[in-house]
Amino acid sequence: MSSAETVAQAATQAVSTAAAQVPVEHLVQTPFVATFTIFVLAIFIGYHVVWSVTPALHTPLMAVTNALSSIIVVGAVLQTVEIGGHEVTLTSVLGAIAVFLASVNIFGGFAVTSRMLEMFKKKKK
Amino acid sequence: MNLIAQYADWIYLAAAVLFILTLKGLSSPTGAIAGNRYGMVGMALAVLVTLVIAPSPNFALIVVAMVGGAAMGTYRAKTVPMTQMPETVAMMHSLVGLAAVLIALAAVHNANQHHNAVQRVELFIGCFIGGITFTASVVAWGKLSAKLAAKPLKGGWVKPVQVLVALGMLAAGVHYFVSESLTAFWVMTALSLVLGYFLIAPIGGGDMPVVVSMLNSYSGWAAAGIGFTLNNSVLIIAGSLVGSSGAILSYIMCKAMNRSLLNVIFGGGMGGEEAATSGGEAVQRAYKSGSADDAAFMMGNADSVVIVPGYGLAVSRAQHALQEYANALTEKGVNVRYAIHPVAGRMPGHMNVLLAEAEVPYEQVLEMEEINSDFGNTDVVLVIGANDVVNPAAQKDKASPIYGMPILEAHKSRTVIVVKRSMSAGYAGLDNDLFYMDKTMMVFGDAKKVVEDMIKAVAH
Repeated sequence: MSSAETVAQAATQAVSTAAAQVPVEHLVQTPFVATFTIFVLAIFIGYHVVWSVTPALHTPLMAVTNALSSIIVVGAVLQTVEIGGHEVTLTSVLGAIAVFLASVNIFGGFAVTSRMLEMFKKKKK
Repeated sequence: MNLIAQYADWIYLAAAVLFILTLKGLSSPTGAIAGNRYGMVGMALAVLVTLVIAPSPNFALIVVAMVGGAAMGTYRAKTVPMTQMPETVAMMHSLVGLAAVLIALAAVHNANQHHNAVQRVELFIGCFIGGITFTASVVAWGKLSAKLAAKPLKGGWVKPVQVLVALGMLAAGVHYFVSESLTAFWVMTALSLVLGYFLIAPIGGGDMPVVVSMLNSYSGWAAAGIGFTLNNSVLIIAGSLVGSSGAILSYIMCKAMNRSLLNVIFGGGMGGEEAATSGGEAVQRAYKSGSADDAAFMMGNADSVVIVPGYGLAVSRAQHALQEYANALTEKGVNVRYAIHPVAGRMPGHMNVLLAEAEVPYEQVLEMEEINSDFGNTDVVLVIGANDVVNPAAQKDKASPIYGMPILEAHKSRTVIVVKRSMSAGYAGLDNDLFYMDKTMMVFGDAKKVVEDMIKAVAH
């Protein structure tokens, strides 16, 4: 076995151990109130930041927030996984479709936003 | 890779900060471009980290889905005409909603995960908000793109059905919570889809700016709901940012239309009945009309002209011609500015985008609060494709249904020119006193045709 292969194998193992541990922590350890605190504070930040957005850019705002809410792709990826040794399960198929939908939005949302912003920029001589 | 997994939460935090900067950038057109890039970087970071920490992910499926989605999204973004932005945004909301539903269903069916009581509530909430967002957005998309009738669904049975479906959905959710029955979860999901339809179908096409903003908010809450299920901070933060953004936009739209959010959701639209009554008692009143040449002559000799564009302008695709005409006037030394009412387009800020596309300089486009005090010193106001947003009844006539709605005070200027197809009433079905004032001249015809005639008149 070449050394490159050994390294690759070690890396794969490292990834799978890390992968096996990290999500468990993510799912179990944070108490609900901590997540809820983040939620409430984020609403306040959103409230203040969005009021500072100039009304002329409200359409780009909606397009870009669409791309941002497609961060839901993170949840979709976490479901597109092997379960009990099966590559394809109902869960992973549903997850993959969700990945697809969210990707349409992420790429579409950012692209259409930058297309609109370019139009506003042109006039800034 | 191990290192990335270890610091996953830190990277998520970085992504969340980048998302906040994305929204902050939108306070000016120059900062917005950088902001948009922050958003892309944040998204890339969040996705990459997730790929690393996901337990034995199916990369083949993920990559195929992402590449396919990226191709489709990018293609649509590059080709969609700006006039179709409202329905495009509605369509995008529906995708977020559907994705939330699918993720919740996937999680419920995931044999590797057991969901405790709190997580079951979170799954339930994330799923039904997603479901409502999905079908509601599809209906909004249909109404905006004229694929579905814009007419509101009417009848005494609508409200009881809404309540019944909502109660059924909650009951199925509670059943799932107690028994963890998958069937109950599917029933709950199906009912949330039905509810989404019944929430938006009774709302008229004219209220769509509010609806689109509201669904923007829902799509954010759906993301946040899924974030709770996964205990994932970046999802919760991004979701809350979007949720509050949509809520603020709905509030702004409601205020501009002088309606409460509850009135839009439960009132069933102001179009129908009122239009019928005011149409019936319409009396023939005297007005002055003139030609495009007359209008061009008046504006050519003015010092200042304010253009009030409405959605009718976009319908006849006259933005580019209008800007050509405005340039000609500017060259003659006339001070030309545009006045934008918050509901001038079909969604918040829509008219600004349409004008920007027609290369109208950003500095010439003013919001209602910025320009209203200037109308008294303006020689000519050119109202083109707009009606209710310049109706003085909103300020003077307490009996008017639009009384209290903020308007552009075109009636305070020295002369008003109104370009309109005919004397027919606007969306609210109301007569507009502005059209009958001594200083008002009506120019009848298609907006684009009239503007083109004005350009010819300038050339002479």
